[in-house]
Amino acid sequence: MNRYHYSAVLSALVLVGCAALFLGQHVNAAGEGKITGTVKLDGTAPHMKGIDMSKDPYCSKAHESSPGHLETYVVGAGGGLENVVLYISDWTGAATTSTAIPIFDQKNCMYTPHVLAMDVGQTFKVVTSDATTHNIHPLPNPMTGNIPWNQSQPPGAAPVEKSWKAVEVIPVKCNIHPWMNGWYVVVKGPYATTDANGNYTIENVPPGSYTVTAWHEPDEKQTQKVTVAAGAPAKADFTFKAK
Amino acid sequence: MRTRLQTWSLLMSATAVLALPMTSFAQLTQADFETRINMESHIGNLTGHAKDAKADYRRYCVSCHGDNGDGNGESFPWVDPKPRDFQLGIFKCRSTPTGTLPTDQDLFDTIARGLDRSNMPQWSTFTKQERADLVAWVKHFSPRWVNEKPGTPITIPPEPEVTAERIKAGRDVFARVQCWKCHGVLGQANGPSAATLQDDLGRPIAAYNFTEGSRPKCGDTNRDIYRIFMTGLDGTPMPSFADNIKPDEAWDLVFYLRTLMRQNSKEKSMAKQLGLKPVDPNAPAGQQ
Repeated sequence: MNRYHYSAVLSALVLVGCAALFLGQHVNAAGEGKITGTVKLDGTAPHMKGIDMSKDPYCSKAHESSPGHLETYVVGAGGGLENVVLYISDWTGAATTSTAIPIFDQKNCMYTPHVLAMDVGQTFKVVTSDATTHNIHPLPNPMTGNIPWNQSQPPGAAPVEKSWKAVEVIPVKCNIHPWMNGWYVVVKGPYATTDANGNYTIENVPPGSYTVTAWHEPDEKQTQKVTVAAGAPAKADFTFKAK
Repeated sequence: MRTRLQTWSLLMSATAVLALPMTSFAQLTQADFETRINMESHIGNLTGHAKDAKADYRRYCVSCHGDNGDGNGESFPWVDPKPRDFQLGIFKCRSTPTGTLPTDQDLFDTIARGLDRSNMPQWSTFTKQERADLVAWVKHFSPRWVNEKPGTPITIPPEPEVTAERIKAGRDVFARVQCWKCHGVLGQANGPSAATLQDDLGRPIAAYNFTEGSRPKCGDTNRDIYRIFMTGLDGTPMPSFADNIKPDEAWDLVFYLRTLMRQNSKEKSMAKQLGLKPVDPNAPAGQQ
């Protein structure tokens, strides 16, 4: 019985591996296309509570003219939803498709951007623009292979460069300023994040059929099937319901 | 020829394999631990064997740390700080950088020392061999000890002579990296951020109070204190300052921290002579 199960798992692995190889070759051989679209929020945008930063005079002063508020739903003109990450959830090509180094800034005691998407193994940089000490503390699940760490960044600190080993949505926080929360969305393959109007474009997608997944914090996901052809961008619009 | 049962079981196994990375904070089972029962620890000339620690663990450790090493033993509801979850492989007292596994020696020392202000007593009743075996047993609960190597211990330069200049310089470091945000300007654990601190599992946690006379959690020597802020206490809000405090400055900070502690020390009397004032969080940077 045991031996039988073992062989079943092995053959499953081999099958998945072969499929990955086959698909990988298929997509790598072709030219490049893209996937674009708009993500909207259906319904009235929920009220985002203001943040009391009076604990740290530096932070409250930085927000004197524009008070800070939660960023769970950031909705632009026409209901466009910001901070949605779009990626190809059945991607079988190489993991790191970009050599760009995304930047995660601690600015006015908030995270800019609030959601940072990146590829498995892609280097990203944590910087601070603030004259107050932060600690940058991502909280992945160590069982995935991503290991939590916790580093301080006092005023003027040098950037911290890191990368993640596995696909995961990782919450980030600062213990000194408990209102600071952000997300690292680690995916495999090409990705994009919606802008202030909810628009996005996933670049460098070889022709083929894919499943596009749209992620919104904390764990809402939607998928759509698209077919990308050379020279003709595929379109995929999404709508999230206001909660 | 493949029977329907075979196809079914093949599909299920494939699903299981694919779903593996998506499970959150996986609860491992005895079967997982059994695969790591030959785990060893190496402390100096000693080799610890996990399987030799089974009886000791069941007798002395299981009530807090639990059958599955997840810190969910039957005493869990009654103790605070909560018992360590060995499955996660995250430890406070390490000689290694933040985000890495501790060395076997680190775990060996923690068992002997115990953890002040917690329910973890000193286990000096165990022989060294028994402690080494327990270290191996602790490791056999987490797959991380198979997939990863412990971090490289940080380098600590020899301790310099304490001088008035060094104590004053340590006060500047305390002001610059803003230790007072949590620990308070007098080290009384009453800084502006102290009240909202949480550990990695979202449970309330207190900053260390230097003035109440308890020993620092990870040991009471100057080297132990040096190590705390240069490695961070993983799983807690205490970050690593390794990138922002130079080794020489780190010694200055150790000397200044001694002046905040209730216990008498050379540093404390020197600070008194100097008339050293606590840092002023409202003064502009550089004049605190």
